[in-house]
Amino acid sequence: MFKEMHNLFQWAWLIPFLPFLSFLIIAFITKRSKGLSSTISILAILTSLGLSIGIGIGVISSGTELVEQPFLSTVNWLTIGGLKIDFGTLVDPMSAMMLFVVTLVASMVQIYSLGYMHGDKGFSRYFCYQSLFAASMLGLVLATNLLELYVFWELVGLCSYLLIGFWYFKVSAREAAKKAFITTRVGDVGLLIGILFLYKQFGTLDFYGPGSLSVQMATNFQDFALIGSASYLTIMALLVFIGPMGKSGQFPFHVWLPDAMEGPTPVSALIHAATMVVAGVYLVARMFFLFDHASPVALEFIAGIGAFTAIFAATIAIAQDDIKKILAYSTLSQLGYMMFALGVGALTASMFHLMTHAFFKALMFLGAGSVIHALHEKQNIWDMGGLYKKMPITTITFGIGVLAISGIPPFAGFFSKDEILAAALQNGHPFIYAVGLFTAFLTAFYMCRLFFVAFLGKEKQENHPHESPKSMTVPLMVLAFFSVVGGWAALPEHNFAYFIHYGAFEPEGMNWGLAAISVLAGLLGIGLAYTIYIKQAIQAEAIVARFPGVYKLLKNKYYIDEIYQWVIDKVMDGFVAKVLYWFDIHIIDGIVNGLALITRGAGSGLRRTSTGQLQTYALVFFFAVVVFYLVLAMGEGQLAALNPLAMLGGVK
Amino acid sequence: MTISVGLSTYLLVGAMLFCIGLYGVFAKRNIIAVLMSIELMLNAVNINFVAFSRFTPWANTAINPLIGQVAALFVIVVAAAEIAVGLALVITIYRNRQTTNVDDLNWLKW
Amino acid sequence: MSTMATIVFFIFAIVAVASAWGVVTSKNIVHSALFLALTFFGVAVLYVLLNAEFLAAAQILVYTGAISIMVIFAVMLTLRGDVSVSSPETNKWTWGAGVAGLLFVLIALVILSNGNWRILPMASTAGGTVELSALLFQWYMVPFEAAGFLLTIALIGAVILVKGGKERNDH
Repeated sequence: MFKEMHNLFQWAWLIPFLPFLSFLIIAFITKRSKGLSSTISILAILTSLGLSIGIGIGVISSGTELVEQPFLSTVNWLTIGGLKIDFGTLVDPMSAMMLFVVTLVASMVQIYSLGYMHGDKGFSRYFCYQSLFAASMLGLVLATNLLELYVFWELVGLCSYLLIGFWYFKVSAREAAKKAFITTRVGDVGLLIGILFLYKQFGTLDFYGPGSLSVQMATNFQDFALIGSASYLTIMALLVFIGPMGKSGQFPFHVWLPDAMEGPTPVSALIHAATMVVAGVYLVARMFFLFDHASPVALEFIAGIGAFTAIFAATIAIAQDDIKKILAYSTLSQLGYMMFALGVGALTASMFHLMTHAFFKALMFLGAGSVIHALHEKQNIWDMGGLYKKMPITTITFGIGVLAISGIPPFAGFFSKDEILAAALQNGHPFIYAVGLFTAFLTAFYMCRLFFVAFLGKEKQENHPHESPKSMTVPLMVLAFFSVVGGWAALPEHNFAYFIHYGAFEPEGMNWGLAAISVLAGLLGIGLAYTIYIKQAIQAEAIVARFPGVYKLLKNKYYIDEIYQWVIDKVMDGFVAKVLYWFDIHIIDGIVNGLALITRGAGSGLRRTSTGQLQTYALVFFFAVVVFYLVLAMGEGQLAALNPLAMLGGVK
Repeated sequence: MTISVGLSTYLLVGAMLFCIGLYGVFAKRNIIAVLMSIELMLNAVNINFVAFSRFTPWANTAINPLIGQVAALFVIVVAAAEIAVGLALVITIYRNRQTTNVDDLNWLKW
Repeated sequence: MSTMATIVFFIFAIVAVASAWGVVTSKNIVHSALFLALTFFGVAVLYVLLNAEFLAAAQILVYTGAISIMVIFAVMLTLRGDVSVSSPETNKWTWGAGVAGLLFVLIALVILSNGNWRILPMASTAGGTVELSALLFQWYMVPFEAAGFLLTIALIGAVILVKGGKERNDH
């Protein structure tokens, strides 16, 4: 049985390969045919979904063996000197879970896009990018070493750039695409430096297997102080963490994520739920052995950043009016959750939340897309209202998403969020627990605010909403199903934690006391939103009027963008750029021009020797032969020894 | 005094022919004369081939000394092809430029 | 080597080298061509002395016969002006003489300083035309065919070059 499964695991490379193939086919062959392009793309991702389910079943049925020892199948990619890099696939419960989530969300998004992008000029191009995006994310999930992961990591970044800027004729889309690309690139530099240092120290970049990073760190590696009292591994951990900070939108690199809403809404669903942003969380989970062996400072840093991002983004989300912006900040907040879960050492909880979040966040983004589609690109929630009458399926599924993210049992978010909060408290981080709990309350509040205002509020006369076509509602229903049942993976004896955990496995039951508290926080948020926006017992305007400064601060997202703008304008453009400009003009250009001048001078001198007269050339040639021979003969001290025939051992 | 004609003697004759041919390549202005000089050089090489072939003992069964003659034969073939194409080129150039002077054939220079 | 053969060798070696000298020094290109034929003939005799009768025959046929004739035809087709100054030296001929002379001195030094080459021919009858043909048509079959192919291509190429392309025929 296990052997057969291994045969199946060897075919894991097909999962990213099929979407990649579809990308190539669409890009080079079927670009002109919209129907063909979308069919190929969806078929490819659905096949990958099927394979992922197969691998998931295989992982579950092979049990402990795979938990302890991931299944690796690699081929040598390049060997330069001592540098040996493999390309391969890594199958373990974590990657199997990610494969399922990514392929499921990607295929739902693609099917949904059939309806959403209908009639768009770039229909084929859209599916082309979608395929590449899915392929790179799947490749990232399956990567066996850091360099392979980095390659796909950058590919994911590229695809997000392409998709965010999909409507390139919109200035804001172009700007947002550049912002996303550059911001994540800043983080990637840190990651790259970390990779190089790790390679220098360990001579390998493999995650698992003999002689790999995890093995070396666990067995014979002695940590040492690198800068001051900070140990080598701690510095490495922090450098590597900069990459996920950029990719997963942790403070202060979060600015690109809300702007990424400029892309088509399904793209936002894909980026925020399943692919790009969770890549960072996934990397930290993959490299968790590094953070574990580093000093506690590294993990505390992650926990701090995560918790801060969680509450920071949640507070901003309260004051936003754009439906997609609210969801974007909610994503940031949830990513903060996942990060601080990792930071408090709860790998299981973090991965679990990643999975459930992927389901309900994709659901809500697609639901929001459905609304926007129905209202002809209106995104302000105050322009909506009363949608439940005309769009029942969207409303119900969106409602499920809201309940899930608010942590109401038995929906998926309840289990994962509760696990994170319990882990934070039990691992001795009461402050982070408090922050998480408050964030849970805020989350429930702003999500219900969105839901109440947009779906239940007063109907607007100028709107003529209609339910979206089947191709859009079916994915919503599928995702809603998983948003309900996704959390139940925590319940059976061989539960989620049994398969995905770090270190020794300790079966833990639900802590119902803590769960009750977090449910209470969620209910409190819902109740508050209900009082304000349905009952209107408390006037929202009155609160705003009471705290105008706070509201303005939140509304403007703590002015982070403005601060960055100021820094770039004054410091970078004003000072650094001037220095670099001078350096460029005088030193760099000086060197380049100098080289050019030398070359030109040499050329104009040497061209005189090019007389075009064959005999002169022959003369020089033979003269050189004579000179060479003489020089060599002098060097050897005798002519006979240099006789070419004698050297060849010729005729005696 | 006995004058013996050995391998070196033949090689010296070959060397003389070669260097005379080389001088012709350097010094002649008429392109046909240059081609003729090249033929001289090829003949010098052939003399070396045949001489080594003759003076190689048959003791070593692994090496057939006649290979030298075979090589000379191929040189003759290539020389025939070369002179045919070379003269055809000369005639074509002469048609286009009304010259066979090597000094005038310098339009490939800067 | 018999005295007779030695005498024959020196006569024809001197003929070959002297007429080669004539080829490169003669101001008259027609004389050069005739000297060239003479050189080829002298070399052919040296081949006979080296037991290479087949090569000697090929030398006479190909070089003395065909190539000399072709050269003379080419001279005839391209000759203009006074034939007695048809093959002048370039103004850099001294350089050429210097380099060629230097090279000769070097080669001669190598030849004379190499003891392995100071050998006399053994009495040998082996290496006649029969063995050569056996070698040529068994071991060197493919190169031989390739050489034949090369000659055909060269012939066609020469014809096309001299005859000119299509656009030349148009006007």
